[in-house]
Amino acid sequence: MLEDKDRIFTNLYGFHDWRLEAAKKRGDWDGTAAIIAKGRDWILDEMKKSGLRGRGGAGFPTGLKWSFMPKESDGRPHYLVVNADESEPGTCKDRDIMRHDPQKLIEGCLIASFAMGAHACYIYVRGEFIREREQLQAAVDEAYEAGLLGPNAAGSGWDFDLYVHHGAGAYICGEETALLESLEGKKGMPRLKPPFPANVGLYGAPTTVNNVESIAVAPTILRRGADWFAGLGRPNNTGTKLFCISGHVNKPCNVEEEMGIPLRELLEKHAGGVRGGWDNLLAVIPGGSSVPLLPKSICDDVLMDFDSLKAVQSGLGTAAVIVMDKSTDVIKAIARLSAFYKHESCGQCTPCREGTGWMWRVMERLVAGEAEVEEIDMLLDVTKRVEGHTICALGDAAAWPVQGLIRHFRGTIEERIAAKRGGGAARAAE
Amino acid sequence: MSVRRLDPNQPESFAFTAENVEWAKKQIAKYPEGKQASAIIPLLWRAQEQHDGWLPEPAIRYVAEMLGMDYIRALEVATFYTMFNLSPVGEHFVQLCGTTPCWLRGADELKEVCRKHIGPEGKVSADGKFSWMEVECLGACVNAPMVQINADFFEDLDASSFERVLNDLREGRDVKPGPQNERHASEPAGGLTSLTTVGEPQTGGSN
Repeated sequence: MLEDKDRIFTNLYGFHDWRLEAAKKRGDWDGTAAIIAKGRDWILDEMKKSGLRGRGGAGFPTGLKWSFMPKESDGRPHYLVVNADESEPGTCKDRDIMRHDPQKLIEGCLIASFAMGAHACYIYVRGEFIREREQLQAAVDEAYEAGLLGPNAAGSGWDFDLYVHHGAGAYICGEETALLESLEGKKGMPRLKPPFPANVGLYGAPTTVNNVESIAVAPTILRRGADWFAGLGRPNNTGTKLFCISGHVNKPCNVEEEMGIPLRELLEKHAGGVRGGWDNLLAVIPGGSSVPLLPKSICDDVLMDFDSLKAVQSGLGTAAVIVMDKSTDVIKAIARLSAFYKHESCGQCTPCREGTGWMWRVMERLVAGEAEVEEIDMLLDVTKRVEGHTICALGDAAAWPVQGLIRHFRGTIEERIAAKRGGGAARAAE
Repeated sequence: MSVRRLDPNQPESFAFTAENVEWAKKQIAKYPEGKQASAIIPLLWRAQEQHDGWLPEPAIRYVAEMLGMDYIRALEVATFYTMFNLSPVGEHFVQLCGTTPCWLRGADELKEVCRKHIGPEGKVSADGKFSWMEVECLGACVNAPMVQINADFFEDLDASSFERVLNDLREGRDVKPGPQNERHASEPAGGLTSLTTVGEPQTGGSN
């Protein structure tokens, strides 16, 4: 179990003052200029050595991503854009960083921007986080007043401006190119890649988009050293991670833990365990709504990291753990996610625009049991026709929860269809 | 995707207050020369706030002109983003999260409270005080179930605490946003399991 001395977000719960002076006492902004003085290559190298993988869901190595930015400007400015459009169902960690530990994010923005040759950064906060945005803006204002932002930011010799921007309710804007479109004042519709944002991003200029948590952990990694971070977790799955534990646990919470912690230990140590005890567990969605659920048999010993969850055909995603006990109508739980994706599809790609509605309508019939057994395979076939056939990953994200349900709970679906007909197993049992 | 249309009843005109004009100029200055369209979401949002929580057609036109954008581009933005209310809402606009993490912990009960105390979804109550709608995940899942009322989140709700919040708002009493049980924020209820050795809580934090 992770010890407090290795926790990065020491004000995760907001029991301490979020403001600059208190944040400094917790270690933020300590020696920032000295870190920057070590130079771009040193920062990129340390970030790569730390093994940090992006905390927004995809898990792409952060240091490597930063290194994709052009070494020298060709006359165009470079931008860092921070993705604070936290909207993946189950996920509420970036919210805590912004309202309780904002200086970690702000310091991270300066260091990351320097490493990528960016003099300007935009933080795109989801529209609903109105209070969080106000708090973050107040923290940015404080940092400006203290000379930590602006010309010669934090005495580093680097001129740096940081702006807080916001959306207005669109899950799709969490997709990085949709976010850039939105930031440019358009509908949030994802762009075709290539070109990738590192070459043609915001306003056609080289841009890197990073998740809030990825940026906010960077200063601590650079202060304590890549070896410290890499020494936590498991190879290729290093460091600490914010987990959001929701659903049928006794004490839902956010918590920073070591990567690779067993799921059962995570739930029992921090969330008071599954409601009604471990044996009352039905299934867990381990990484936000987009990843396939896991039945109890896998939950018994699975580890919470990228590679372990991939090995069981799911994913760490945003590390948002949604727990369902045996009282759950699991078909309905997934049908509600299908409704979510139908609502959030931007409509640009036909397979997603039509497919999300199609999947949702069939799922609703499965909830009621008003379907033919053959339709289960037809639904699975539709998910395969959406998956991989769209510009962005929303189509995949809509397909995977349904695939996970059919993979692990086909029997439950079949039973419900049979019961609705008043035949089959239900009648035989009478 | 959600199909959204402008309200059939529209005011004749819209203009920012002098204060909002100044505010808008500062927003536009955040973006590079020629990229002022970037400010459209913040400006439309401010227009909605100024206009009792909903965005009328003349305001979309007004913001488009201010930013030098084609009207159709501004209309696209206003209809794409679901936080722009294209029809009137109640003085206290309740957005109820119905996505799976909140549903697992009783969002359906909260919907019943809305139906009983406010009325049908999407209709402003007779006294103009309330309207409600179900929305998608609001990002406070470890404090589920929850609702957003205007700018504030009300978390860790159940039917009775939610009724209390609605009644207090109706009577004009102060309400405390955030968790409606003993929790402070996203920590586990009943005692910390981490961050127990990082010093005594300091005062002064607002959350």
